[in-house]
Amino acid sequence: MFCLRGVRYRDILDIERLEIPEGKVTCIVGESGSGKTTLLRLLNKLISYDNGEIVYKGRSLKDIDSVELRRRVVMLPQTPPIFPGTVRDNLLIGLVFSEKPLVGEEKLLEIMEMVHLDKGLDEDAEKLSGGEKQRLALGRVLLMDPEVFLLDEPSSALDEDTEEVVIGSLVKYAGERGKTVVMVTHSKQVARSFSDKIVEINHGRVVSR
Amino acid sequence: MKGIIELQMWQVAVAYIFIVILLFIVRTRGIPREKEILVASLRMTLQLVLTGYILAYIFNNSHPLYTLLAISVMEAFAIYNTYKRVKTPLSPRLREIIAVSMVTGTLASLFYFLLVVVRISPWYDPRYVIPIAGMLIGNSMTGISLGVSRLVDGMRTQQHLVEAALMLGATPGAASKQIVNASFDAAILPTINSMVGMGIVFLPGMMTGQILSGVSPLTAIEYQIAIMLGILGSVALTVVMSVQLGYKTFFNEECQLDLQ
Ligand SMILES: Nc1ncnc2c1ncn2[C@@H]1O[C@H](COP(=O)(O)OP(=O)(O)OP(=O)(O)O)[C@@H](O)[C@H]1O
Ligand SMILES: [Mg+2]
Repeated sequence: MFCLRGVRYRDILDIERLEIPEGKVTCIVGESGSGKTTLLRLLNKLISYDNGEIVYKGRSLKDIDSVELRRRVVMLPQTPPIFPGTVRDNLLIGLVFSEKPLVGEEKLLEIMEMVHLDKGLDEDAEKLSGGEKQRLALGRVLLMDPEVFLLDEPSSALDEDTEEVVIGSLVKYAGERGKTVVMVTHSKQVARSFSDKIVEINHGRVVSR
Repeated sequence: MKGIIELQMWQVAVAYIFIVILLFIVRTRGIPREKEILVASLRMTLQLVLTGYILAYIFNNSHPLYTLLAISVMEAFAIYNTYKRVKTPLSPRLREIIAVSMVTGTLASLFYFLLVVVRISPWYDPRYVIPIAGMLIGNSMTGISLGVSRLVDGMRTQQHLVEAALMLGATPGAASKQIVNASFDAAILPTINSMVGMGIVFLPGMMTGQILSGVSPLTAIEYQIAIMLGILGSVALTVVMSVQLGYKTFFNEECQLDLQ
Protein backbone atom coordinates (compact mmCIF):
# COMPACT_ATOMS: atom_id res chain seq x y z
CA MET A 1 0.00 0.00 0.00
CA PHE A 2 2.71 2.39 1.10
CA CYS A 3 6.26 1.92 0.01
CA LEU A 4 9.05 4.10 1.37
CA ARG A 5 12.52 4.26 -0.13
CA GLY A 6 15.42 6.31 1.18
CA VAL A 7 13.04 8.69 2.93
CA ARG A 8 14.65 11.42 5.00
CA TYR A 9 12.95 14.12 6.98
CA ARG A 10 15.28 16.70 8.53
CA ASP A 11 17.49 14.83 10.96
CA ILE A 12 14.48 13.12 12.50
CA LEU A 13 13.72 10.25 10.15
CA ASP A 14 15.96 8.24 7.85
CA ILE A 15 14.12 5.24 6.44
CA GLU A 16 16.02 3.03 4.04
CA ARG A 17 13.10 0.85 3.05
CA LEU A 18 9.65 0.19 4.45
CA GLU A 19 6.57 -1.54 3.06
CA ILE A 20 3.15 -1.17 4.59
CA PRO A 21 0.90 -3.99 3.38
CA GLU A 22 -2.62 -3.37 2.12
CA GLY A 23 -5.54 -4.66 4.15
CA LYS A 24 -3.33 -5.50 7.12
CA VAL A 25 -2.70 -4.07 10.56
CA THR A 26 0.79 -2.63 10.91
CA CYS A 27 1.94 -1.59 14.37
CA ILE A 28 4.68 0.95 14.82
CA VAL A 29 6.61 0.76 18.05
CA GLY A 30 9.68 2.48 19.41
CA GLU A 31 10.77 4.62 22.29
CA SER A 32 9.51 8.12 22.87
CA GLY A 33 11.00 10.65 20.48
CA SER A 34 12.10 8.02 17.98
CA GLY A 35 9.99 9.48 15.14
CA LYS A 36 6.76 7.45 15.08
CA THR A 37 4.43 10.44 14.94
CA THR A 38 6.65 12.04 12.32
CA LEU A 39 6.31 8.93 10.16
CA LEU A 40 2.50 9.05 10.32
CA ARG A 41 2.51 12.76 9.50
CA LEU A 42 4.60 12.01 6.41
CA LEU A 43 2.12 9.35 5.28
CA ASN A 44 -0.76 11.80 5.76
CA LYS A 45 1.23 14.45 3.86
CA LEU A 46 0.98 16.83 6.76
CA ILE A 47 4.71 17.30 6.26
CA SER A 48 6.83 16.63 3.18
CA TYR A 49 9.97 14.52 3.13
CA ASP A 50 13.25 16.04 1.98
CA ASN A 51 14.68 13.05 0.14
CA GLY A 52 13.66 9.71 -1.26
CA GLU A 53 10.19 8.65 -2.19
CA ILE A 54 6.93 7.53 -0.66
CA VAL A 55 4.61 5.70 -3.01
CA TYR A 56 0.95 5.15 -2.26
CA LYS A 57 -0.83 2.62 -4.50
CA GLY A 58 1.80 3.06 -7.17
CA ARG A 59 1.71 6.86 -7.17
CA SER A 60 4.31 9.09 -5.59
CA LEU A 61 2.90 11.18 -2.74
CA LYS A 62 4.34 14.22 -4.49
CA ASP A 63 1.89 13.65 -7.34
CA ILE A 64 -1.20 13.19 -5.18
CA ASP A 65 -3.15 16.24 -4.09
CA SER A 66 -2.73 16.63 -0.31
CA VAL A 67 -6.39 17.10 0.48
CA GLU A 68 -7.45 14.21 -1.72
CA LEU A 69 -4.84 11.95 -0.10
CA ARG A 70 -5.90 12.90 3.43
CA ARG A 71 -9.49 12.02 2.61
CA ARG A 72 -8.38 8.51 1.71
CA VAL A 73 -5.60 8.19 4.30
CA VAL A 74 -7.02 9.68 7.48
CA MET A 75 -4.90 10.36 10.52
CA LEU A 76 -5.87 10.39 14.17
CA PRO A 77 -3.38 12.49 16.14
CA GLN A 78 -1.79 11.56 19.46
CA THR A 79 -3.81 14.06 21.50
CA PRO A 80 -7.43 13.54 20.49
CA PRO A 81 -8.74 16.76 18.94
CA ILE A 82 -12.10 17.93 20.27
CA PHE A 83 -13.91 20.64 18.34
CA PRO A 84 -16.36 23.00 20.03
CA GLY A 85 -19.84 21.44 20.11
CA THR A 86 -21.61 18.24 21.05
CA VAL A 87 -20.57 14.61 20.73
CA ARG A 88 -22.67 14.45 17.58
CA ASP A 89 -20.94 17.48 16.04
CA ASN A 90 -17.60 15.96 16.82
CA LEU A 91 -18.47 12.65 15.21
CA LEU A 92 -19.84 14.29 12.08
CA ILE A 93 -17.10 16.87 11.65
CA GLY A 94 -14.82 14.42 9.84
CA LEU A 95 -17.50 13.93 7.19
CA VAL A 96 -18.03 17.68 7.00
CA PHE A 97 -14.32 18.40 6.56
CA SER A 98 -13.87 15.70 3.95
CA GLU A 99 -17.09 16.77 2.16
CA LYS A 100 -18.67 13.34 2.44
CA PRO A 101 -22.42 12.81 2.86
CA LEU A 102 -23.59 12.95 6.47
CA VAL A 103 -25.07 9.89 8.17
CA GLY A 104 -28.15 9.31 10.32
CA GLU A 105 -28.59 8.78 14.05
CA GLU A 106 -28.50 5.01 13.73
CA LYS A 107 -25.04 4.93 12.19
CA LEU A 108 -23.75 7.30 14.87
CA LEU A 109 -25.02 5.05 17.64
CA GLU A 110 -23.47 2.03 15.96
CA ILE A 111 -20.09 3.78 15.88
CA MET A 112 -20.44 4.86 19.51
CA GLU A 113 -20.99 1.25 20.44
CA MET A 114 -17.97 0.16 18.42
CA VAL A 115 -15.68 2.51 20.32
CA HIS A 116 -17.41 1.65 23.58
CA LEU A 117 -18.58 5.17 24.28
CA ASP A 118 -21.68 5.27 26.42
CA LYS A 119 -22.62 8.94 26.18
CA GLY A 120 -25.50 10.97 24.81
CA LEU A 121 -25.05 12.40 21.33
CA ASP A 122 -26.06 15.82 22.58
CA GLU A 123 -23.60 16.06 25.43
CA ASP A 124 -20.91 18.73 25.35
CA ALA A 125 -17.82 17.01 23.99
CA GLU A 126 -15.50 19.24 26.00
CA LYS A 127 -16.84 17.69 29.22
CA LEU A 128 -15.81 14.12 28.35
CA SER A 129 -12.92 12.46 30.16
CA GLY A 130 -9.55 12.02 28.46
CA GLY A 131 -10.23 8.42 27.52
CA GLU A 132 -13.72 9.24 26.30
CA LYS A 133 -12.35 12.00 24.10
CA GLN A 134 -9.89 9.54 22.66
CA ARG A 135 -12.66 7.10 21.77
CA LEU A 136 -14.79 9.92 20.37
CA ALA A 137 -11.93 10.97 18.08
CA LEU A 138 -11.48 7.34 17.02
CA GLY A 139 -15.20 7.05 16.29
CA ARG A 140 -14.95 10.12 14.10
CA VAL A 141 -12.33 8.60 11.82
CA LEU A 142 -14.13 5.25 11.70
CA LEU A 143 -17.22 7.06 10.48
CA MET A 144 -15.24 8.52 7.59
CA ASP A 145 -14.63 5.06 6.19
CA PRO A 146 -11.24 5.83 4.58
CA GLU A 147 -8.91 3.40 2.80
CA VAL A 148 -6.19 3.74 5.40
CA PHE A 149 -6.35 4.56 9.11
CA LEU A 150 -3.24 6.20 10.54
CA LEU A 151 -3.73 5.99 14.30
CA ASP A 152 -1.28 7.63 16.68
CA GLU A 153 -1.57 5.83 20.00
CA PRO A 154 -5.34 5.46 19.78
CA SER A 155 -5.60 3.70 23.13
CA SER A 156 -3.00 5.49 25.25
CA ALA A 157 -5.59 6.87 27.67
CA LEU A 158 -7.61 3.65 28.01
CA ASP A 159 -7.40 0.95 30.65
CA GLU A 160 -6.28 -2.45 29.45
CA ASP A 161 -9.73 -4.00 29.21
CA THR A 162 -11.27 -1.11 27.30
CA GLU A 163 -8.21 -0.98 25.09
CA GLU A 164 -8.62 -4.64 24.24
CA VAL A 165 -12.30 -4.20 23.35
CA VAL A 166 -11.93 -0.97 21.38
CA ILE A 167 -8.87 -1.95 19.38
CA GLY A 168 -10.40 -5.39 18.90
CA SER A 169 -13.55 -4.02 17.32
CA LEU A 170 -11.51 -1.57 15.25
CA VAL A 171 -9.34 -4.36 13.87
CA LYS A 172 -12.35 -6.52 13.20
CA TYR A 173 -14.09 -3.67 11.36
CA ALA A 174 -11.00 -2.99 9.27
CA GLY A 175 -10.52 -6.69 8.51
CA GLU A 176 -14.08 -7.13 7.29
CA ARG A 177 -13.79 -4.22 4.91
CA GLY A 178 -10.23 -4.78 3.74
CA LYS A 179 -8.98 -1.53 5.30
CA THR A 180 -5.36 -0.85 6.04
CA VAL A 181 -4.46 0.15 9.59
CA VAL A 182 -1.18 1.74 10.66
CA MET A 183 -1.13 2.11 14.40
CA VAL A 184 1.49 3.58 16.70
CA THR A 185 1.31 1.92 20.08
CA HIS A 186 3.24 1.68 23.31
CA SER A 187 1.29 -1.38 24.34
CA LYS A 188 3.16 -4.64 23.80
CA GLN A 189 -0.16 -6.38 24.37
CA VAL A 190 -1.85 -4.57 21.48
CA ALA A 191 1.10 -5.04 19.15
CA ARG A 192 1.28 -8.73 19.93
CA SER A 193 -2.39 -9.62 19.68
CA PHE A 194 -3.58 -7.43 16.80
CA SER A 195 -0.78 -6.75 14.37
CA ASP A 196 0.06 -8.50 11.14
CA LYS A 197 3.35 -6.64 10.96
CA ILE A 198 5.40 -4.81 13.57
CA VAL A 199 7.78 -2.02 12.61
CA GLU A 200 10.20 -0.82 15.22
CA ILE A 201 11.70 2.62 14.95
CA ASN A 202 14.81 3.66 16.79
CA HIS A 203 16.32 7.11 16.46
CA GLY A 204 14.52 7.67 13.18
CA ARG A 205 15.56 4.38 11.60
CA VAL A 206 13.64 1.21 11.03
CA VAL A 207 15.12 -1.60 13.08
CA SER A 208 15.13 -4.93 11.34
CA ARG A 209 13.73 -7.68 13.47
CA MET B 1 -26.17 81.16 11.27
CA LYS B 2 -23.41 82.35 13.56
CA GLY B 3 -19.84 81.41 12.76
CA ILE B 4 -17.57 79.81 15.33
CA ILE B 5 -15.77 81.88 18.01
CA GLU B 6 -12.15 82.16 16.95
CA LEU B 7 -9.87 81.00 19.75
CA GLN B 8 -6.96 83.29 20.62
CA MET B 9 -3.54 81.82 21.31
CA TRP B 10 -3.82 82.58 25.03
CA GLN B 11 -7.20 80.87 25.20
CA VAL B 12 -5.68 77.66 23.87
CA ALA B 13 -2.82 78.03 26.31
CA VAL B 14 -5.26 78.24 29.21
CA ALA B 15 -6.65 74.83 28.18
CA TYR B 16 -3.29 73.27 29.02
CA ILE B 17 -4.33 73.61 32.65
CA PHE B 18 -5.89 70.17 32.23
CA ILE B 19 -2.47 68.67 31.52
CA VAL B 20 -1.10 70.41 34.59
CA ILE B 21 -3.89 68.92 36.70
CA LEU B 22 -3.16 65.46 35.33
CA LEU B 23 0.56 65.84 35.98
CA PHE B 24 -0.18 66.95 39.52
CA ILE B 25 -2.36 63.89 40.12
CA VAL B 26 0.16 61.36 38.83
CA ARG B 27 3.02 63.03 40.66
CA THR B 28 1.32 63.10 44.06
CA ARG B 29 0.20 59.50 43.64
CA GLY B 30 3.60 58.39 42.47
CA ILE B 31 2.34 56.90 39.20
CA PRO B 32 5.31 56.80 36.82
CA ARG B 33 3.59 58.24 33.75
CA GLU B 34 4.78 61.85 33.64
CA LYS B 35 7.10 61.35 30.71
CA GLU B 36 4.45 59.73 28.53
CA ILE B 37 1.93 62.46 29.36
CA LEU B 38 4.39 65.19 28.45
CA VAL B 39 5.47 63.47 25.26
CA ALA B 40 1.85 62.83 24.26
CA SER B 41 0.80 66.44 24.85
CA LEU B 42 3.78 67.74 22.97
CA ARG B 43 3.26 65.38 20.06
CA MET B 44 -0.43 66.16 19.87
CA THR B 45 0.28 69.89 19.80
CA LEU B 46 3.06 69.76 17.22
CA GLN B 47 1.30 67.27 14.96
CA LEU B 48 -1.93 69.23 14.96
CA VAL B 49 -0.25 72.58 14.36
CA LEU B 50 1.67 71.09 11.47
CA THR B 51 -1.44 69.42 10.06
CA GLY B 52 -3.35 72.68 10.41
CA TYR B 53 -0.84 74.56 8.33
CA ILE B 54 -0.58 71.82 5.73
CA LEU B 55 -4.36 71.55 5.39
CA ALA B 56 -4.73 75.32 5.17
CA TYR B 57 -2.19 75.32 2.37
CA ILE B 58 -3.83 72.44 0.52
CA PHE B 59 -7.31 73.97 0.85
CA ASN B 60 -6.11 77.26 -0.58
CA ASN B 61 -4.18 75.64 -3.41
CA SER B 62 -6.50 72.80 -4.23
CA HIS B 63 -4.92 70.39 -6.71
CA PRO B 64 -5.54 66.68 -7.37
CA LEU B 65 -1.90 65.86 -6.67
CA TYR B 66 -2.02 67.39 -3.20
CA THR B 67 -5.17 65.44 -2.37
CA LEU B 68 -3.66 62.19 -3.61
CA LEU B 69 -0.46 62.88 -1.71
CA ALA B 70 -2.42 63.47 1.50
CA ILE B 71 -4.31 60.18 1.03
CA SER B 72 -1.05 58.33 0.36
CA VAL B 73 0.51 59.68 3.55
CA MET B 74 -2.54 58.61 5.56
CA GLU B 75 -2.54 55.14 4.01
CA ALA B 76 1.17 54.67 4.60
CA PHE B 77 0.85 55.78 8.19
CA ALA B 78 -2.13 53.50 8.78
CA ILE B 79 -0.33 50.49 7.32
CA TYR B 80 2.79 51.18 9.35
CA ASN B 81 0.70 51.62 12.47
CA THR B 82 -1.11 48.33 11.87
CA TYR B 83 2.22 46.50 11.70
CA LYS B 84 3.18 48.07 15.00
CA ARG B 85 -0.13 47.33 16.71
CA VAL B 86 -0.13 43.64 15.89
CA LYS B 87 2.23 42.41 18.57
CA THR B 88 3.24 39.13 16.96
CA PRO B 89 5.78 39.01 14.11
CA LEU B 90 4.14 39.16 10.67
CA SER B 91 5.34 37.28 7.62
CA PRO B 92 6.26 39.39 4.57
CA ARG B 93 3.31 37.89 2.70
CA LEU B 94 0.90 38.89 5.45
CA ARG B 95 2.32 42.41 5.52
CA GLU B 96 1.70 42.65 1.82
CA ILE B 97 -1.89 41.52 2.27
CA ILE B 98 -2.50 44.04 5.05
CA ALA B 99 -1.23 46.84 2.80
CA VAL B 100 -3.25 45.76 -0.21
CA SER B 101 -6.44 45.29 1.80
CA MET B 102 -6.04 48.64 3.50
CA VAL B 103 -5.50 50.55 0.28
CA THR B 104 -8.10 48.89 -1.93
CA GLY B 105 -10.77 48.61 0.79
CA THR B 106 -10.53 52.22 1.94
CA LEU B 107 -10.17 53.70 -1.53
CA ALA B 108 -13.15 51.78 -2.89
CA SER B 109 -15.41 52.93 -0.06
CA LEU B 110 -13.95 56.45 -0.08
CA PHE B 111 -14.66 57.08 -3.71
CA TYR B 112 -18.05 55.44 -3.56
CA PHE B 113 -18.88 57.69 -0.66
CA LEU B 114 -17.58 60.87 -2.26
CA LEU B 115 -18.74 60.36 -5.80
CA VAL B 116 -21.98 58.43 -5.38
CA VAL B 117 -23.26 59.48 -1.94
CA VAL B 118 -22.06 63.06 -1.41
CA ARG B 119 -21.40 63.77 -5.10
CA ILE B 120 -18.61 66.27 -4.62
CA SER B 121 -17.13 68.19 -7.48
CA PRO B 122 -14.33 68.42 -8.37
CA TRP B 123 -13.56 64.84 -7.31
CA TYR B 124 -10.43 65.89 -5.44
CA ASP B 125 -11.98 68.72 -3.37
CA PRO B 126 -9.63 68.48 -0.35
CA ARG B 127 -12.17 69.96 2.08
CA TYR B 128 -14.24 66.77 1.67
CA VAL B 129 -11.75 64.16 0.59
CA ILE B 130 -9.16 64.59 3.31
CA PRO B 131 -11.30 64.52 6.46
CA ILE B 132 -13.49 61.71 5.16
CA ALA B 133 -10.49 59.69 4.03
CA GLY B 134 -9.04 60.21 7.50
CA MET B 135 -12.12 58.78 9.18
CA LEU B 136 -12.40 55.77 6.88
CA ILE B 137 -8.69 54.96 7.00
CA GLY B 138 -8.45 55.47 10.76
CA ASN B 139 -11.35 53.15 11.54
CA SER B 140 -10.18 50.56 9.03
CA MET B 141 -6.76 50.61 10.65
CA THR B 142 -8.29 49.71 13.99
CA GLY B 143 -10.34 47.00 12.32
CA ILE B 144 -7.45 45.39 10.46
CA SER B 145 -5.21 45.51 13.54
CA LEU B 146 -7.82 43.69 15.58
CA GLY B 147 -8.67 41.23 12.83
CA VAL B 148 -5.11 40.30 11.99
CA SER B 149 -4.10 40.04 15.67
CA ARG B 150 -6.92 37.61 16.25
CA LEU B 151 -6.07 35.67 13.12
CA VAL B 152 -2.38 35.23 13.97
CA ASP B 153 -3.23 34.46 17.56
CA GLY B 154 -5.95 31.97 16.61
CA MET B 155 -3.68 30.15 14.18
CA ARG B 156 -1.05 29.75 16.88
CA THR B 157 -3.24 28.83 19.84
CA GLN B 158 -5.52 26.55 17.83
CA GLN B 159 -2.78 25.04 15.73
CA HIS B 160 -3.62 21.51 16.87
CA LEU B 161 -7.28 21.86 15.83
CA VAL B 162 -6.35 23.31 12.45
CA GLU B 163 -3.93 20.43 11.87
CA ALA B 164 -6.48 17.93 13.12
CA ALA B 165 -8.93 19.24 10.55
CA LEU B 166 -6.31 18.94 7.80
CA MET B 167 -5.61 15.34 8.84
CA LEU B 168 -9.29 14.61 8.26
CA GLY B 169 -9.08 15.95 4.73
CA ALA B 170 -10.25 19.51 5.29
CA THR B 171 -9.22 22.20 2.84
CA PRO B 172 -7.16 24.98 4.45
CA GLY B 173 -10.23 27.20 4.15
CA ALA B 174 -12.48 24.79 6.03
CA ALA B 175 -9.78 24.09 8.62
CA SER B 176 -9.43 27.77 9.50
CA LYS B 177 -13.03 28.87 8.97
CA GLN B 178 -13.79 29.26 12.68
CA ILE B 179 -10.68 31.34 13.27
CA VAL B 180 -11.29 33.53 10.23
CA ASN B 181 -14.90 34.17 11.24
CA ALA B 182 -13.98 34.94 14.84
CA SER B 183 -11.33 37.39 13.64
CA PHE B 184 -13.75 39.16 11.35
CA ASP B 185 -16.32 39.35 14.12
CA ALA B 186 -13.85 40.75 16.64
CA ALA B 187 -12.72 43.35 14.13
CA ILE B 188 -16.11 44.79 13.25
CA LEU B 189 -17.60 44.61 16.73
CA PRO B 190 -16.18 47.96 17.97
CA THR B 191 -17.68 49.74 14.96
CA ILE B 192 -21.06 48.13 15.54
CA ASN B 193 -20.92 48.98 19.24
CA SER B 194 -20.10 52.60 18.51
CA MET B 195 -23.20 52.80 16.31
CA VAL B 196 -25.35 51.58 19.18
CA GLY B 197 -24.29 54.38 21.54
CA MET B 198 -24.15 57.07 18.93
CA GLY B 199 -26.13 60.24 19.62
CA ILE B 200 -27.05 59.15 23.14
CA VAL B 201 -23.86 58.26 24.91
CA PHE B 202 -21.69 60.56 22.84
CA LEU B 203 -21.79 62.95 19.94
CA PRO B 204 -19.32 61.87 17.29
CA GLY B 205 -16.40 64.16 16.58
CA MET B 206 -17.36 65.09 13.06
CA MET B 207 -20.89 66.02 14.03
CA THR B 208 -19.66 68.04 17.00
CA GLY B 209 -17.27 69.89 14.73
CA GLN B 210 -19.94 70.70 12.20
CA ILE B 211 -22.35 71.92 14.87
CA LEU B 212 -19.66 74.10 16.44
CA SER B 213 -18.92 75.68 13.09
CA GLY B 214 -22.55 76.66 12.67
CA VAL B 215 -24.02 73.86 10.59
CA SER B 216 -27.58 72.91 11.48
CA PRO B 217 -27.74 69.76 13.64
CA LEU B 218 -30.08 68.24 11.07
CA THR B 219 -27.49 68.58 8.32
CA ALA B 220 -24.83 67.38 10.74
CA ILE B 221 -26.70 64.18 11.52
CA GLU B 222 -27.26 63.49 7.84
CA TYR B 223 -23.53 63.60 7.33
CA GLN B 224 -22.93 61.60 10.47
CA ILE B 225 -25.29 58.83 9.42
CA ALA B 226 -23.79 58.69 5.96
CA ILE B 227 -20.23 58.66 7.23
CA MET B 228 -21.03 56.01 9.83
CA LEU B 229 -22.33 53.75 7.08
CA GLY B 230 -19.26 54.57 5.03
CA ILE B 231 -17.02 53.66 7.95
CA LEU B 232 -18.86 50.40 8.49
CA GLY B 233 -18.49 49.54 4.83
CA SER B 234 -14.83 50.43 4.74
CA VAL B 235 -14.03 48.48 7.91
CA ALA B 236 -15.96 45.44 6.71
CA LEU B 237 -14.31 45.51 3.29
CA THR B 238 -10.74 45.95 4.51
CA VAL B 239 -11.12 43.39 7.31
CA VAL B 240 -12.76 40.72 5.20
CA MET B 241 -10.03 41.10 2.59
CA SER B 242 -7.22 40.93 5.10
CA VAL B 243 -8.48 37.86 6.98
CA GLN B 244 -9.77 36.04 3.93
CA LEU B 245 -6.47 36.47 2.09
CA GLY B 246 -4.48 36.40 5.32
CA TYR B 247 -5.33 32.89 6.49
CA LYS B 248 -3.86 31.49 3.28
CA THR B 249 -0.41 32.71 4.26
CA PHE B 250 -0.39 30.12 7.04
CA PHE B 251 -0.52 27.25 4.55
CA ASN B 252 1.94 26.19 1.88
CA GLU B 253 1.05 24.89 -1.57
CA GLU B 254 0.88 21.33 -0.20
CA CYS B 255 -1.94 22.48 2.12
CA GLN B 256 0.32 22.04 5.14
CA LEU B 257 0.21 24.35 8.12
CA ASP B 258 3.29 26.54 7.94
CA LEU B 259 3.73 28.84 10.92
CA GLN B 260 7.43 29.46 10.22
N1 LIG C 1 8.24 20.19 13.86
C1 LIG C 1 9.33 19.71 14.49
N2 LIG C 1 10.44 20.48 14.55
C2 LIG C 1 11.54 20.04 15.17
N3 LIG C 1 11.64 18.84 15.75
C3 LIG C 1 10.58 18.04 15.70
C4 LIG C 1 9.37 18.42 15.08
N4 LIG C 1 8.48 17.42 15.19
C5 LIG C 1 9.11 16.45 15.87
N5 LIG C 1 10.36 16.80 16.19
C6 LIG C 1 11.38 15.98 16.90
O1 LIG C 1 11.47 14.76 16.24
C7 LIG C 1 11.64 13.70 17.14
C8 LIG C 1 10.58 12.63 16.89
O2 LIG C 1 9.31 13.15 17.25
P1 LIG C 1 8.01 12.28 17.14
O3 LIG C 1 6.87 13.10 17.61
O4 LIG C 1 7.91 11.70 15.80
O5 LIG C 1 8.32 11.14 18.21
P2 LIG C 1 7.42 9.91 18.67
O6 LIG C 1 8.17 8.69 18.29
O7 LIG C 1 6.05 10.07 18.16
O8 LIG C 1 7.46 10.07 20.24
P3 LIG C 1 6.31 9.80 21.32
O9 LIG C 1 6.23 8.34 21.52
O10 LIG C 1 6.79 10.50 22.54
O11 LIG C 1 5.04 10.38 20.78
C9 LIG C 1 11.56 14.31 18.53
O12 LIG C 1 12.87 14.46 19.01
C10 LIG C 1 10.93 15.64 18.30
O13 LIG C 1 11.41 16.58 19.23
MG1 LIG D 1 4.27 10.49 18.97
